[in-house]
Amino acid sequence: MTSPSLTDTPPPPAGNDVHSAVSGKAVRPGDRIFLGFSRGSGIALLVIMAAIAAFLTYRSVLAISGDKANFFTTLDWNPTGVEPKFGIAVLAFGTAVSSVIAMAIAVPVAVGIALFISHYAPRRLASPLGYVIDLLAAVPSIIYGLWGALFLVPHLTGLYSWFDDYLGWTGIFAYGDGAARSLFTVGILLAIMILPIVTSVSREVFLQVPKMHEEAALALGATRWEVIRMSVLPFGRSGVISASMLGLGRALGETMAVATVLSPSFLINTSLLDPGGGTFAQNIASKFSEADEFGQDALIASGLVLFVITLLVNGAARLIIARRKEYSGANA
Amino acid sequence: MSDVMTKPRPVTNGGHPVSLKHARLPRWTPPVLALAAAAAGSGIGIVGGLDSKIQWGLIAALVFILGTFALAAAVEGSRQAKDRMATTLVWIAFLLAVIPLASLLWETIARGIKVLDGYFLSHSMGTLPDAMPGGGIYHAIIGTLEQVGLATLIAAPIGLLTAIYLVEYGRGRLAKAVTFFVDVMTGIPSIVAGLFILSVWILILGFGPSGFAGSMALAILMMPVVVRSTEEMLKLVPNELREASLALGVPKWRTILKVVLPTSIGGITTGVMLAIARIAGETAPVLLLVWGAKTINNNPFEGAQQSLPLYVFQQWQIGTDAAYDRAWAAALVLIAFVMILNLVARGIARWKAPRTGR
Repeated sequence: MTSPSLTDTPPPPAGNDVHSAVSGKAVRPGDRIFLGFSRGSGIALLVIMAAIAAFLTYRSVLAISGDKANFFTTLDWNPTGVEPKFGIAVLAFGTAVSSVIAMAIAVPVAVGIALFISHYAPRRLASPLGYVIDLLAAVPSIIYGLWGALFLVPHLTGLYSWFDDYLGWTGIFAYGDGAARSLFTVGILLAIMILPIVTSVSREVFLQVPKMHEEAALALGATRWEVIRMSVLPFGRSGVISASMLGLGRALGETMAVATVLSPSFLINTSLLDPGGGTFAQNIASKFSEADEFGQDALIASGLVLFVITLLVNGAARLIIARRKEYSGANA
Repeated sequence: MSDVMTKPRPVTNGGHPVSLKHARLPRWTPPVLALAAAAAGSGIGIVGGLDSKIQWGLIAALVFILGTFALAAAVEGSRQAKDRMATTLVWIAFLLAVIPLASLLWETIARGIKVLDGYFLSHSMGTLPDAMPGGGIYHAIIGTLEQVGLATLIAAPIGLLTAIYLVEYGRGRLAKAVTFFVDVMTGIPSIVAGLFILSVWILILGFGPSGFAGSMALAILMMPVVVRSTEEMLKLVPNELREASLALGVPKWRTILKVVLPTSIGGITTGVMLAIARIAGETAPVLLLVWGAKTINNNPFEGAQQSLPLYVFQQWQIGTDAAYDRAWAAALVLIAFVMILNLVARGIARWKAPRTGR
């Protein structure tokens, strides 16, 4: 990492022709072509991103200008009628609620697993476990959906009636005797799906905690939990936050698992255990087959909202990671 | 972090000096307590008439946590009790995660194996009525292979060249912008990529659904993954190799092609294969752009095709027992495909790891 010409440390003189300065000759044509191709690919990537934003916005404008109701507050999705009326209020509510439930379950558990792998598991088990967690991140979402719909849902009805008996008075945990195809089930399933990603990022961070910090705490007589609370968690906090936000990004955009498990309806229902509600991605997948061209535009408009939300969440996660890099660099 | 250092550790107990060794619970306490808690959980479950095993587990876990805490607090003191409780919670978190994931794999294998045979792999659905048993996934396998192959042909070169640009040439604002947007692109939900191709390819340009339309959306999802992993691998190539080659008067592009890429080819292959494994399981864009078909369509550029994940979804939608069997079997094939890709990719990474240093 010492060569100034190849690493990204000091900016070279204008242009990228490093050896022309060395050899005193003009840049070779091969170099020029190769640089052209690789720079072109980078630019192509930017163009694709810009095109995504531009085309989604263009179709969304078509859709929203034809919408006879308020796009943000309407509790209905009927873009095919004579008076097309559709809005994203239900979808925004459902997406937010299911992701919040997913985060509330997944983040503590994922931090626990990460700690288990990095600090509690027997040494010989630790690295195979990390490996298995990485493999689980690769299970396709449709399979989680299939499992959720055919296995998880029937097994949750008992638990939900139990919740209803003791917590039903809150309103949130009230449960009639339907199938458990509700936003809460979606939240549980999303939690299981994002566990691997949150775990593996958190584990990386926990493994980077300087050994000296931990040994210093141990030498002072701290118990293992005190070591973790005073040296591991403070060091890993920003890493855990960004891991959670990456997980949140996944949960927000998850389509198939939600589409298979949820029994959708266009109502905002605050009893989360009962079927109903919807999310952005699920709504696109379930309404697509019956949509005409304007209906597809309407779905694209809701997709644009989802796109913007995930951009913000992921951008924030990246910013936190970038900040942390500087911080740990100063300490390393 | 400095709490520990400022708090002196109490060595006296109400004026009486205590021995340096605290009383400790014997080593067999946690397993015995766990058994007792499991017994209590199932006991309460049976007596209370709770029919869901999840409730039994929750009760047992609660009994175990509280029991450990109380016992440790009584015998060992509050700090040790907290430590034990944290240990318990961490183990429970681990079990809590293992149970659903193990159940997912088990269900897929146990239910998928039922109809999975040579006939299932070598036949399409053809004109078979949805509710009938029989049929197969040959058309879906063909579709998945073609769509993923085309997506790789589009995304791998662009991703590879972008990574080379970022590592070997990139400085200044363009490189920074590319780095940032690659990160942003990683987070695009797959359905949004599908909507983008839908709006351009089908709504504006007026093409019909085809495997190729799906491939383009999959390529968008694949590119950032390839860029990221390739970038990491290229950064691992020692600079001495590049300098040695440049010092011999080799042009930079030949240095990259003949020295840098061969050194990191193992890691790059791994990255591309992991990216393939990721897009092979994508359903949402395929649903919007390829639509699904019941018969074999070998031409990815014309007409609707099938793909494995979409087949799973559509069989689930049919909702009969025969269809569920087919969905599980296809899910098993898909999971096996993805897992084998993952294992092979990681094997290559280990086998061809760049030898840094000597």
